[in-house]
Amino acid sequence: MSAISLAGTAGTAERAQPRRARWYRQPALLAGAVLLAIILFMVIGAPLVTSYNPDTQNLNATLQGISGQHWLGTDQEGRDTFTRLLYGGRTDLQIAFLAVLFPFVLGTILGSLAGYFGGWVDIIIMRLVDIVVAFPFFVLIIALVFVLGPGPRSIYIAITLVGWVSYARIIRGEILVAKRQEYVLAAQSGGLSNLRIMARHLLPNVITQAIIYAMSDIVQDILAIVTLSYLGLGIQPPTPDWGTMISDGQNFLTTHWQLTTIPGIAVIITGLALSLIGDGLADLLRPGQS
Amino acid sequence: MGRMTFVIRRLLLLIPTAVGVTIIAFFLIHLIPGDPAATILGIHATPKRIALLHQQWGLNRPLASQYWLFMDRLVHGNLGQSLYYGVPVWGLITSHLPTTLWLIVYAGVLGVVISVPLAMIAASRKDAVRDHIVRVVPLLGLGMPAFWLALILQSELAVRLQLFPVTGYGSGPLGHLHAMFLPALTVAVALCPVVIRSLRASMLNVLGADYITTARAKGVPGHRLFVRHVLRNAVIPAVTVLGINIGFLVGGTVIVEQVFALPGIGNLMINSIFQRDFPVVQGVALVFGIMVVLVNLLTDVAYASLDPRVRFDR
Repeated sequence: MSAISLAGTAGTAERAQPRRARWYRQPALLAGAVLLAIILFMVIGAPLVTSYNPDTQNLNATLQGISGQHWLGTDQEGRDTFTRLLYGGRTDLQIAFLAVLFPFVLGTILGSLAGYFGGWVDIIIMRLVDIVVAFPFFVLIIALVFVLGPGPRSIYIAITLVGWVSYARIIRGEILVAKRQEYVLAAQSGGLSNLRIMARHLLPNVITQAIIYAMSDIVQDILAIVTLSYLGLGIQPPTPDWGTMISDGQNFLTTHWQLTTIPGIAVIITGLALSLIGDGLADLLRPGQS
Repeated sequence: MGRMTFVIRRLLLLIPTAVGVTIIAFFLIHLIPGDPAATILGIHATPKRIALLHQQWGLNRPLASQYWLFMDRLVHGNLGQSLYYGVPVWGLITSHLPTTLWLIVYAGVLGVVISVPLAMIAASRKDAVRDHIVRVVPLLGLGMPAFWLALILQSELAVRLQLFPVTGYGSGPLGHLHAMFLPALTVAVALCPVVIRSLRASMLNVLGADYITTARAKGVPGHRLFVRHVLRNAVIPAVTVLGINIGFLVGGTVIVEQVFALPGIGNLMINSIFQRDFPVVQGVALVFGIMVVLVNLLTDVAYASLDPRVRFDR
């Protein structure tokens, strides 16, 4: 434990002046956190917010307008749109938050190895990064989910195979700088194993960049999930999800705008909350840059 | 001298990446669970047709020999036969490529046209209200699903107000410009947040430079200072950002083409997915990959020849 805190002070020696930037003084971070908290509360506490079941069809009450009974009306199968919005958020956010973990871990490990050992390890890993980066994000994700078959499992695999490269690049770059610091040289001459130096000394100092990036990566993942579902390759009906809601509603866009518009706005607001958190974290953890 | 070595080095680095792109495209088929031939054919699978595909793709051979076969065909411009259309994949791709290239260039230009003024507004007074607005509003674009924006624009501006055609890409250059405005705008909106952000940062950087202080001291008026001195120097990094994000730009066209029914290769890819036409999906993925690799190369070379520091070396 003391090793980590020592390492921490050594790494931040140049910015020793008192941290004026506290988290509650970061308007972006605060706004993003509040927004995300509201979204998560609505989505996780969906049964408390609405009394409808997201999958119960009511063919006597299809395509109803906005009313006191159905806050956002009903869809073509008479299901309550507001309820499906909340439960759809549950599906998409759960998958997105989980999906971001795998590439984060894989990319951090490979990036650390490349940055720390250099040489052939670095060349091989970075060539791999170049190759994956050559494919447009959506093209590779769509192609992978197509060959793997639709559903969440394929989404996790596709996002992991494509998403790790950004984390690997970020962590490698940070490690290249950090490994020349005195505390690492001290740990090396002290005879600590490479694994221990990487895990206990280097990673705690370089991981913040990856965490900041993860915020915008979740936004990317939500977009990927929603897009796949829109194309019919992602979440399969009747499971509620924002992408299928938009896709189902597009036939009624001129008469029932809310069916398509509202789920899209939900995606945008969630993305905004996460982007604000990412920006705020960046300002908080990287003082001096804006 | 330095520039030539840079270009040659960059070209050499291209080779392993390009080979890697072909390996990934090649391996796509082996990610299909079970027997790829049977899975792809689905309900149309008969032992005879399965055997034919096995023979065509060399699925019975060892992996290395399969890849060799794939590459041997590739260098001869043979990407296989479409299972659905029954014509060579290469022909399908070349006939769909112009639309996609149009869309990419159009969206790139629109992206710059939207981003530059906004970034200038933001950078002209750092931390002022307008700066905060320009910094926060594009964040909305970051999380905006492209197909959703496409649907909204289509229903409002094309169906309701009838300002643009609902689908299709028009005829002749002017027709393209008109018909493809909404698709290009959709792609550009997704691109803008990234470009505005980096352009603002590089403008602020330039504004702090000594030569700007000199120009100000000489009494160069504000707008002239911005256009002649700041913009010129800040646009180069922005173009690089555009180049780096070319993968993103190209990827964005896939879904947008689908919504607007533009006959580009993204649309071809999605339709082929619905028809389980594997050779076409594989071919399009490969072409997209190679395209991005080439554009990245061009960006690097362009940057090296635009960078004044290289010029000073001579």
